[in-house]
Amino acid sequence: MDDYILEMNHITKEFPGVKALNDVSFNVKRGEIHALVGENGAGKSTLMKVLAGVYPFGSYTGAMMFNGAELQFTGTRDSEKAGIAIIFQELALVKQMSIRENIYLGSEFQKNGIIDWDATFIAASKVLHEVHLNRNPLTKIIDLGVGEQQLVEIAKAVSKNASLLILDEPTAALTETETETLMQILRDLRAKGVSCIYISHKISEVAQIADRVTILRDGRTIATDDVKNMSEERMINLMVGREITQRFPRVEHTPGETVLEVRDWTVYDRDLPTRKVIDGVSFNIRKGEILGIAGLMGAGRTELAMSIFGSYGVGRTGELLLDGKKMVANSPSACIEKGVAYLSEDRKRYGFIAMMDLCGNITLASMAKLWKNGVIDGNEEIRRTEQYVGDLSIKTPSVEQKVGNLSGGNQQKVVVGKWLMTHPKVLFLDEPTRGIDVGAKIEIYNIMNQLVEQGVCIVMISSELPEILGISDRILVMHMGRLVGDLSWKEATQEKVMYLATGGK
Amino acid sequence: MENVNSKTVMQPQNSPGGNWRNWMRVNVRQYTMIIALLLVWSIFTVLTKGIFISTRNLSNLFLQSATVAIVACTMVLVMVAGHIDLSVGSAVGFTGAVVATLITKASWPTLLAVPVTLLLGLVIGLFQGYWVAYVGVPAFIVTLAGMLIMRGGLLGVTGGNTISPNSELFRQFGQGYLPQLFVKVVGFNDFSALIGILAIVLYNVSALRSRRGRIKHGFAVSSPRKQMLIQVSMSVVIALVFSIMVFYHGIPYAILIVMAMVLIFSFVSQNMTFGRYVYAIGGNKDAARLSGINVKKTNFLIFVLQGLAVAIAGIVYTSRLNAATGGAGTGMELDVIAACIIGGTSTMGGEGSVFGAIIGALVMASLDNGMSLMNLGVVYQYVVKGVVLLIAVAVDVSTRKKQ
Repeated sequence: MDDYILEMNHITKEFPGVKALNDVSFNVKRGEIHALVGENGAGKSTLMKVLAGVYPFGSYTGAMMFNGAELQFTGTRDSEKAGIAIIFQELALVKQMSIRENIYLGSEFQKNGIIDWDATFIAASKVLHEVHLNRNPLTKIIDLGVGEQQLVEIAKAVSKNASLLILDEPTAALTETETETLMQILRDLRAKGVSCIYISHKISEVAQIADRVTILRDGRTIATDDVKNMSEERMINLMVGREITQRFPRVEHTPGETVLEVRDWTVYDRDLPTRKVIDGVSFNIRKGEILGIAGLMGAGRTELAMSIFGSYGVGRTGELLLDGKKMVANSPSACIEKGVAYLSEDRKRYGFIAMMDLCGNITLASMAKLWKNGVIDGNEEIRRTEQYVGDLSIKTPSVEQKVGNLSGGNQQKVVVGKWLMTHPKVLFLDEPTRGIDVGAKIEIYNIMNQLVEQGVCIVMISSELPEILGISDRILVMHMGRLVGDLSWKEATQEKVMYLATGGK
Repeated sequence: MENVNSKTVMQPQNSPGGNWRNWMRVNVRQYTMIIALLLVWSIFTVLTKGIFISTRNLSNLFLQSATVAIVACTMVLVMVAGHIDLSVGSAVGFTGAVVATLITKASWPTLLAVPVTLLLGLVIGLFQGYWVAYVGVPAFIVTLAGMLIMRGGLLGVTGGNTISPNSELFRQFGQGYLPQLFVKVVGFNDFSALIGILAIVLYNVSALRSRRGRIKHGFAVSSPRKQMLIQVSMSVVIALVFSIMVFYHGIPYAILIVMAMVLIFSFVSQNMTFGRYVYAIGGNKDAARLSGINVKKTNFLIFVLQGLAVAIAGIVYTSRLNAATGGAGTGMELDVIAACIIGGTSTMGGEGSVFGAIIGALVMASLDNGMSLMNLGVVYQYVVKGVVLLIAVAVDVSTRKKQ
């Protein structure tokens, strides 16, 4: 018989009006990496919250066995004590504190309330070494990259001797190399007998790292099997419950004249005015093409887009020519007026306003244009918003729904709608499909293709190589603030792009 | 999930009963404030053996709440944008003292002193707005400084004495009532009654027009029966509020000012782009900025409007007491902030309504008034007001969590 560290049997969890989990059974063997996949809203998070004790015993039905003992958690502390550690998508680190303080937050080396900092330092150094993070434990979290912060979270779990580690979308913000490091650490931990539940949207990663996979759909377990018995296509089909013929719907575009020309664009760091984040970049954006920008994190892709959009610092030189004429625009409002729009990579922080309704969000960037004398026509506003809700097939009970209550994919569509309403000539999309499920991704790609047909220039920044290669007509590759490659989609391969992005000549 | 507000009627209409329940559930936040106000009123009516509910007392209560209500109209904007203004108490005292001094010591005519005072309010707003919006000093600090500076200014202007402006015209701002037009009977003001009827007519016309507009655009609307019930009950409420004043001395000019402020700032916050910008900045400043909203200008303008409102309140306040003193407006900022919060303004910004803040101002004034009637000491008044504020925020926090 298999040695299961965790068995969750017939778990059903109901919210008023919704069955979030419907008779879900899920188990994890000792020392395996078990992937949990499913579209947004499939019940992954709910299941993990049951496991973590966020929903206490009694608020769900079904039973959980952990290390052979029945689990009845009353809160998250219980699960922590039992040896279950969850690392959520949004990292729970105190940014102003050091690595050392963060790792031992809540479980300090202390005697009578006085902290033994030396012991903490030594212990922290040891766990950092275990997760291959070569940093001084006194470094503040704020000074670390996203990938390193992720490792600190893992170090924290390791320090607690967790026997079951749950990672929720751990690579959403990581570069390829960082992802590779993370995978290696997970394999090391597996060798030490630590089990891991790996929640991800990225099927290729699942195929690469996991031993077994469980697929959830609409709150039910659809399948559990060894990963080697499952193709990526099959996993995706099981997830969405329909055949997906094309993950990247490619439409042939014929590029037209240059719309935006960027000449010798140099941008200085917001905080360190002597450092160049963008160094002498020149390129054209042509009508009727999707221009992909690839590169590793820190290559300056976001800074490039934001500086063109007038929202990154003040130190910049170079020229922008829009339709052949010099464009002077130092603020987002000036850019919007001229027809340049930028969809941020962090939609929650920079994209939408959670407590505002769809109407307010979608019209937000077009207000000055729509209501010339400053008075909003409520009915007209609803009418215009509904047009975009229809065009983008945003699923919402009403245009007066607060955007914070929508799913990630629909929130992203709201932000897309906001920018479309400004009628942009050039639309920068920074990680447009981050953190949204496969179905919604394809919808976003289709929208992009439609926009290009309508003559909008699209610049897509993405860290997912398959996406860049699958959707773009032309691919620019950036490395350390410089443009190091300009490839047509036909000549581009993963290897070529990676080679350039990592500084190969 | 179903956080649908009152405007929303796009879902299919099922059984009328279910609809009502749904509608009530959805609007419960707005109604808790009104229910709380009615509860406070009932308690005081019982405790004061009916004195509280007399038209005379309620009329006075409205008048007492006027200054807080005027400032609350713009404080809502300040707080929705995620700021706070601690200087309003001092500023009301200061502008009130200036107008009193101009009339009394400088012998300026009221019609000159009042506009100059409004200008002073504008300058106060420009000054504080500049530091908050363009220098980036947190509003908490800027207005704390403003509070001290203007408290000093107030003491300087009054010299520690009480100044009583001896102008009949000036007294009207805080003490005057609408004159009687045709019917000269004590205890019935026909002019005010006409205004009340006009208000009811205007409300019903605008409700019907907005309904017709929605139908024209093909948006679903509530059933005719429900619409009628809402309109009838709202008309009754308006009639009741006006009759309190109609059957006393009439509508005070100060209350007319409050009504005008409420109408203007409700319109600004709900129907104007500027208002939308304020909510956007409070909801997510970065997203607002990247959507092309001029955050600095908007913040600046909020404080300018606040400065103006403070000057208006200063004039009404001094006029009502017919005196400017060194202690004028002390602690008023807390009443105003409490009024906004009781009225549903989020302490984190992004949410709030002018109408709610007015209800909040009435709650605060009712507590003062009721406890004074009961001859409870200042000690209890402070304690009770503190507890009410605490409970209001606790209720707010817990209902928000459920959503």
